[in-house]
Amino acid sequence: MSTKRKKASLGAVARKLLPFATGVGMIFVWYGICMSLSADQRFLLPTPHEVARAFIEKGPALWGAALNTGGGALIGFGLAVALSFLFALVLSLSPLVRASFYPYLMILQMTPIIVIAPILILWVGPGLKSVVIITFLICFFPMVVNTTQGLISTDSNLVAFFKMCKASKVQTILFLRVPAALPYFFTGLRIAATLAPIGAIVGDYIAGNSAGGQGGLGFLTIIYSSQFQMGALFATAAVGCLLGFIFVMGVIALSWLALHKWHDSFSHGDT
Amino acid sequence: MIEDSPLPIVELRDVDKRYGDGPLILDKISFSAKRGDFITLIGPSGCGKSTILKLISGLNPISGGRIVVDGLEPANAVEKLAFVFQEPTLLPWRTVAQNVEVPMQLHGADAKLRQEVARKSLSLVGLGDRMDYYPRQLSGGQKMRVSIARALSVSPRILLLDEPFGALDEMTRDHLNEELLAIRQQLAWTAFFVTHSVAEAVFLSNRIIVLSANPGRVHSEVRVDFPYPRTEETRESAPFGKMVAEVSKILRSVERLH
Repeated sequence: MSTKRKKASLGAVARKLLPFATGVGMIFVWYGICMSLSADQRFLLPTPHEVARAFIEKGPALWGAALNTGGGALIGFGLAVALSFLFALVLSLSPLVRASFYPYLMILQMTPIIVIAPILILWVGPGLKSVVIITFLICFFPMVVNTTQGLISTDSNLVAFFKMCKASKVQTILFLRVPAALPYFFTGLRIAATLAPIGAIVGDYIAGNSAGGQGGLGFLTIIYSSQFQMGALFATAAVGCLLGFIFVMGVIALSWLALHKWHDSFSHGDT
Repeated sequence: MIEDSPLPIVELRDVDKRYGDGPLILDKISFSAKRGDFITLIGPSGCGKSTILKLISGLNPISGGRIVVDGLEPANAVEKLAFVFQEPTLLPWRTVAQNVEVPMQLHGADAKLRQEVARKSLSLVGLGDRMDYYPRQLSGGQKMRVSIARALSVSPRILLLDEPFGALDEMTRDHLNEELLAIRQQLAWTAFFVTHSVAEAVFLSNRIIVLSANPGRVHSEVRVDFPYPRTEETRESAPFGKMVAEVSKILRSVERLH
């Protein structure tokens, strides 16, 4: 083996090990900070093993809450995807339609969720419905904007070709505009996927329902913070993070399935 | 011979074109094509040669005069025509075979027939073994071949080609020119071809129409009488070179007009 190749393979090993090493390093730093805190500040930052212990002790509560929040996030996300797609189809019809709806879409997006939440509680009551609606509101905008952009960005040469073939409006949308918009759609989907779990946790925090095991991660956050259970709070944050990862990985897998064969974002330079 | 058939398959009479209130693009264009003609439109940029193809195809309406395509208005003759664009205009998310099927699919042909025709069309352009490739896996010349196979899939009587090989290197272009003529030997369509290359025009066509610009007018017509099938030898022959020089001279004189 030549030294060059040796170096290259060493580089490959380093690339695999480094992220792991960074993690270990950060845990050491974390411990270091914990040690340096004075006794009356110790409760502010739990040590890694305290967080791990909280994970085990609060396990059933955490996973149950994660399931509730994940379910709410998934429903809100799914609704946002479906409705944003239909809405984007309408918006793509003409600049006039877009001009008539865009300002109100912006207003919807600019309105703070924290203000909408109490209104929702009064309208549909606290609990899953409110969580779903809040998640929906957060995911809807990036989905609509991206999908619409995709639907109106079809290559004009391809549009001319379809016109030449006497394609109907429906055929043009179905066979041309929608598939051409897929890369944009998945960009919106990826943004929405990172927002959905956050939306559901926020929604649960301000409009959740704790009765009968319906509480989610937001509700747990309220409980643990009121009891100063720092380890449990950190564990809750970790579960929320994991939920986000699952959503994003799911969307990445979906976009891979839909695009890898033909779209340049998945090319490996082998064309 | 079919070329002696009396009825023109495409006829343009005093055709004018302007976009909206804009300046006149085409001014009283008149010529007709007989069945089996291979007509190349050549002229300085801005002479409206691509516009003429779009008018024949019915893609754009005329502003004055009359166009008759096989006895019909262009807009009603779509089934008889196929258009090959400057770009391959393939759908990147469809395989090569699925791309060829698009026009048939839009016209409602059933899947089995579509696959059958796509296979035939692709083997005609020498891509029978690339059916399941995606466009991004093909070279520029191959993409253009798919585009031609797609045009042929609807069995057109008239083929409109708008600088289809303009973006390709010379070797590929020469090769595709030969292939195009070879295919025409089998399926006798009438062709309207737009190009900037005089050599390409002389090699392909039996008639070259030279246009002048601002507004586009028919300047002159050159007949090219080399017998088909034309091959590499045709291109290397002395009369061919002479013809290219002659047409180039006409083109230069047209360009000097403004």
